Amino acid sequence: MVSYDIDNISPDMSFLEMMDVLNEELTSQGLDPVAFDHDCREGICGSCSMFINGEAHGPDRLVTTCQLHMRKFQDGDTIFIEPFRSNTFPVIKDLVVDRSSFDRIQHAGGFISINTSGNTQDANSIPIDKNKADKAFDAATCIGCGACVATCKNSSAMLFVSAKVSQFSLLPQGQVEANERVLNMVKQMDDEGFGNCTNTGACEVECPKGISLENIARMNRDYLKAKFSS
Amino acid sequence: MSKLNSKIPKGPISEKWTNHKNNIRLVSPANKRQIDVIVVGTGLAGGSASATLAELGYNVKSFCFQDSPRRAHSIAAQGGINAAKNYQGDGDSVYRLFYDTVKGGDYRSREANVYRLAEVSANIIDQCVAQGVPFARDYGGLLDNRSFGGVLVSRTFYAKGQTGQQLLLGAYSAMNRQIARGKIQMYNRHEMMDLVLVDGKARGIITRNLIDGKIERHSAHAVVIASGGYGNLFYLSTNAMGSNVSASWKIHKKGAYFANPCFTQIHPTCIPVSGDHQSKLTLMSESLRNDGRIWVPKSKSDAAAIREGKLKPTDLSEDERDYYLERRYPAFGNLVPRDVASRAAKERCDAGFGVNKTGEAVFLDFASAIIRYGKEKAHVKGLNENDEKLVQELGKEIIKSKYGNLFQMYEKIVDQNPYDTPMMIYPAVHYTMGGIWVDYNLMTTIPGCFAIGEANFSDHGANRLGASALMQGLADGYFVLPYTIGDYLADDIRTGPISIHSKEFDEAEKLVKDKIDYLINNKGSKTVDYFHKKLGKIIWNKCGMSRNEKGLKEAINEIKSLREDFYKKVLVPGNANSFNESLAKAIRVSDFLELGELFAKDALERSESCGGHFREEYQSKEGEAMRDDKNFTFVSAWEYNGQPSNAILHKEDLKYENIELKTRSYK
Repeated sequence: MVSYDIDNISPDMSFLEMMDVLNEELTSQGLDPVAFDHDCREGICGSCSMFINGEAHGPDRLVTTCQLHMRKFQDGDTIFIEPFRSNTFPVIKDLVVDRSSFDRIQHAGGFISINTSGNTQDANSIPIDKNKADKAFDAATCIGCGACVATCKNSSAMLFVSAKVSQFSLLPQGQVEANERVLNMVKQMDDEGFGNCTNTGACEVECPKGISLENIARMNRDYLKAKFSS
Repeated sequence: MSKLNSKIPKGPISEKWTNHKNNIRLVSPANKRQIDVIVVGTGLAGGSASATLAELGYNVKSFCFQDSPRRAHSIAAQGGINAAKNYQGDGDSVYRLFYDTVKGGDYRSREANVYRLAEVSANIIDQCVAQGVPFARDYGGLLDNRSFGGVLVSRTFYAKGQTGQQLLLGAYSAMNRQIARGKIQMYNRHEMMDLVLVDGKARGIITRNLIDGKIERHSAHAVVIASGGYGNLFYLSTNAMGSNVSASWKIHKKGAYFANPCFTQIHPTCIPVSGDHQSKLTLMSESLRNDGRIWVPKSKSDAAAIREGKLKPTDLSEDERDYYLERRYPAFGNLVPRDVASRAAKERCDAGFGVNKTGEAVFLDFASAIIRYGKEKAHVKGLNENDEKLVQELGKEIIKSKYGNLFQMYEKIVDQNPYDTPMMIYPAVHYTMGGIWVDYNLMTTIPGCFAIGEANFSDHGANRLGASALMQGLADGYFVLPYTIGDYLADDIRTGPISIHSKEFDEAEKLVKDKIDYLINNKGSKTVDYFHKKLGKIIWNKCGMSRNEKGLKEAINEIKSLREDFYKKVLVPGNANSFNESLAKAIRVSDFLELGELFAKDALERSESCGGHFREEYQSKEGEAMRDDKNFTFVSAWEYNGQPSNAILHKEDLKYENIELKTRSYK
């Protein structure tokens, strides 16, 4: 662990802008800056992976680290920053972790097998209940940051996986491959070494996008159904 | 002799694309398996192209600098995607979408390309719905639409304020299916460092692994650049921190012409700059202008009082407010195109009516929309429409369902509740219409090198309409390039694998390594960000929302000397063989420092105002942009010639055969 003192932080700065100030200082002294992942800085790309004062993405709710602002801290505070912690997210450097396990779970079934042909049926040919469409959307807003895994005492990726399973399971287009999808994605999740869900619910609290635990319940139902029908 | 051959097919505009598809050469399924294609970038264009090319049978290698293809910056697009579906029955058609886009682009785009874009737009929506993209729907279960700037119909499909995310995740899922099949080899955290030409054709790229710094060689029969735009030239923009011009600039230096670099979009509704520490700007979607009304106080003293915090915007009555867009442009009101809205905001702020501490902000107000929706909802529910509290509550609920995530973003950044007080907004750099010159097949002036999405120049002219970037990225990637690339690759069915052990690869790799060594060993005194910020200030002040001859000439000189300074004084800590973000940034900024000069040169050369390019010398009495169609109805395509300042101008004359050239009016 390394400690840094840092001055001249305005409450209007984002957390990452505070990190920029620190890194500019280190760099101009010829020292290595602190490495961290970041890109869009508006809470949508999912790159941020900081565990701040014991919470994924820090003390604020429904935000990623880049949307966290320094007004949430007091002058003189000591802030502890760690990378997202999980065996399934090996550390690359400093606060940068490798989340390719998430991609591999998506490769296992996070898609609908439809080629681009230009001959798919008209988008309005299947009406979809607005309620279901909205729920599918809510699940689909997962940004794949991994806060759920970092937060979970079991390093479970159930919230992440169930968000994708639910999105497709709620839509008619996703039905054709529904059984295969849930079985394959869960298998890959297990193979990667993610733990199981014990319904603590911490993931839902820390999720920057407010993905609901309901999705895990839905995935469990889908999984059982698929097991029995296969 | 100019190399510019746009290869626009003959025949009536509505038949060009169909005829072209019928006549271009195809590659058989068996032969596709023998052909490799490199795609750089995994945003909407690159992601959709990778997936579709792999579905067709090509062996695809995809590259992105992020840790996963899902994080490309298309993910941040908010408002929506246009398509000529006419689901609302409000008179939309392929022709209207085509017309609106050409007019919106201030008559500086290529008719045939834009028509094709409008033509395939409807297919995009069908394809995305089939992929499971959860677009917004109405209570009947059908797809919902909203309006965007510069048009008089509702043709924008959306998924709350996260349309880009949903579309990108759709393309990402299509990629995942092909990655699982082994048809796409995915290279995350890899940055393209150079293009390799063999016998004048694009045959591969040199990359740097951002984790361990390893320089790698990758070969292919064709290279597709889908690396997005160059808005980060301005340092502060709505682009992601990593967005860069390097892939485009590298191919430019190898022979691809760069078209209209000065055509930049300054988006009117962004959260204003709060201080020097600012690292990026955040967009508030144009969709907000469906319901938000833009205003500043009518009197300067009220504006000053608001700036000093002595007066609240909600204290001002209706007749003390100047809804300047509604006043100046009654037909389109708050939904004028972006360039017009941005300039109008700048005009008011420059005149002293700005409303935040820095004087560079205007209000975007939802109060009347909240009341309108609230009353409607109360009426539907049979409740008292005159109960103000109830109306407010119901109205805010509806606004939340439409723009909830945007309001939340605003509140987190500014620490004010936009349901109760108007948002403050100001224009910021958002998109670049200019880019690599491509022909109708989306091929650059380098054989075998293609450019798609924001990286190319072709569809938006001098100003892009809202919700058209997503449309273009997906059109290029799903429906255009996969066809047109075959015409080129048909010659390569007997070529066999391209070796990476050739003198061309040796030379390209050596140049890359030499540059990295130089930067690492320079051990200067100034950080990379120091230079990037300085460059951004020059560009914003002298090549931003308005430009003039004197400023542009100064900018050219200042950028040149800043670049010299950069190579003398830049300090890159660490080493080349590890995760080193400073090094990655240094390479990107070194390319921006060259592009900046060409950008200013292009703006200087174009002695007219059009779209986002506003030259102060060329404006009407009312301050509207004045085009010079007689002398400037062309695309400026720049050929690299040793130095950005020595670039050679080639002109592609634009012919308008289906739309009459006339002054754009939104009054």
